[in-house]
Amino acid sequence: MNRLDLLPRTDAQAAAPSISVEDLSVTYPNGFTAVRDASFELGPGTICALVGVNGSGKSTIFKAIMGFVTPSAGEVRLCGLPVDEAVSQNIVAYVPQSEDVDWNFPVLVDDVVMMGRYGHMNLFRIPSKEDRRKVDEALERVNMTAYRTRQIGELSGGQKKRVFLARALAQEGRIILLDEPFTGIDVTTESAIIDLLRELRDAGHSILVSTHNLGSVPDFCDQVVLLNRTVLAAGPTAETFTQENLERTFGGVLRNFELSGHALHKDDDARSLNVITDDERPLVFYGVKKSKKKTNAGKADRERSE
Amino acid sequence: MSELLSELLVPFAYDYMWKAMWVSALVGAVCAFLSCYLMLKGWSLMGDALSHSIVPGVAGAYIIGAPFAAGAFFAGILAALGMAFVKQHSRLREDATIGLVFTTLFALGVLMASLYPTSVSIQTIVLGNILAIPDEDAMQVVIIAAISFAVLFFIWKDLMITFFDETYAQSIGLKTRTLKVVFFTLLSACTVAALQTVGACLVIALVVTPGATAYLLTDRFDRLIAIAVAIGTVTSFVGAYLSYFIDGATGGVIVTLQTLLFLTAFYFAPKHGVIAARRKARAVQDENLREGNAIRERPTIQESA
Repeated sequence: MNRLDLLPRTDAQAAAPSISVEDLSVTYPNGFTAVRDASFELGPGTICALVGVNGSGKSTIFKAIMGFVTPSAGEVRLCGLPVDEAVSQNIVAYVPQSEDVDWNFPVLVDDVVMMGRYGHMNLFRIPSKEDRRKVDEALERVNMTAYRTRQIGELSGGQKKRVFLARALAQEGRIILLDEPFTGIDVTTESAIIDLLRELRDAGHSILVSTHNLGSVPDFCDQVVLLNRTVLAAGPTAETFTQENLERTFGGVLRNFELSGHALHKDDDARSLNVITDDERPLVFYGVKKSKKKTNAGKADRERSE
Repeated sequence: MSELLSELLVPFAYDYMWKAMWVSALVGAVCAFLSCYLMLKGWSLMGDALSHSIVPGVAGAYIIGAPFAAGAFFAGILAALGMAFVKQHSRLREDATIGLVFTTLFALGVLMASLYPTSVSIQTIVLGNILAIPDEDAMQVVIIAAISFAVLFFIWKDLMITFFDETYAQSIGLKTRTLKVVFFTLLSACTVAALQTVGACLVIALVVTPGATAYLLTDRFDRLIAIAVAIGTVTSFVGAYLSYFIDGATGGVIVTLQTLLFLTAFYFAPKHGVIAARRKARAVQDENLREGNAIRERPTIQESA
């Protein structure tokens, strides 16, 4: 079913959606520099994964994109606009991590999705017919119409995620940020979300997803930004999301199972099977030539700190 | 019969009773509005802290002959800033910070009132005395309540988003910090107003109980506010009225009424009440039992056993 026409572009938002992060450094008031000289770009119609260990600066980059932190150097531009302007024009739709929300709050699914329309409403925040229609459509798209009068705490983890995705849809932000969308959800919801993200990409949105879930990255991300306090590598998934880069990014944090030679097959095939995981869905490399230099993950870490 | 009726209408014949009733109702309403936010955010004791912290302001204002609201308001802001400052510059938890700041200010207030005895006793500040409220004080209360209502009318939805999901609120361009400052300013102002009706000690009830009661009755924020405000208004009005007959402290009567309503909701609320929860638990238990029996009676199980 083609639902792409649900996201029309208005003239006020004519510029193609894009995120451009240039030489971004963020130093917090306590003197901690979370990100240094990070640069990457994201064009329209792209899904980009932001990958890195905890503390690698993923959330800082998100905060910089939403204007919560002021860069100590460098700049972020959204659709060519400075962050403040972009945010006030409702360009950025943010899907939070589940932990950031008070689930006992007395709001229904409907109310949460309607929050997505607030940026479009007047001072009194009285929903118009169009606002209600957009909410209906958004709920329909994430398949949550049946749950619209539930209090949000009564939903399962995956359903909660869908509701917040629906809010982002209703907001019609052309830049969509998803913070760890795949933690604590079932496989069905995961693939439903991925399908939806693909649709949004095809409709021209720029989507930035921070994720631990390495295994799903090659499935749906066109681009990858590997992060460890700065951008280690950025570019198309096929070239960037390699075993070597991941080892550099994750150091000793990942589990790496390598099956090769006679453990895998009874011939002299030099290819090896590599399973990389951080205990979420594992990432599997098969048929790639084994890199000659066997980088010990712990060693790589030590080298970096020197 | 008509004798009883005229007896019941007696309070309305007195100007001071009239004034007490509608000033209380107004204060009860606006405090109830704020209570919806406070109790959801786990900041209920903030109201308590504020009401005690403004005591030195009130005492000071009476000593130098300034309007009590100005003094109280000044002390309230001082308390809020003090708490924010200690919290930001130490590793103390929020409750310790609140406890530290408000007891300090309260002690200062008690000290001031005892050193410079004025026309207003410390008892009036702590317990309130709406029945003897001077006209200009009543005017101050009305102005505070009216402004608070007007502001809340504009920002209640923005505040809701801010309290529900602050990151998102920021991401759609809401000035969450400003909104919170406005909220706490209103809270201080309304605490000052409530001081007059129920006194510093019972202000906490006005800014917690109506919201807490409404929370048990609904899952929608707009209804939560409507119910809470209704509870706050009615209990305050009726409380002031009843205090004429039972000759008790108005604050005590108002808060007792609110507590009775809360207990009613606590047990009888259709979805979140204790009885409803028990009924639901029993229903689930019965169903499990039935299903278990059904499985046990299935021939395949018996055979394999």
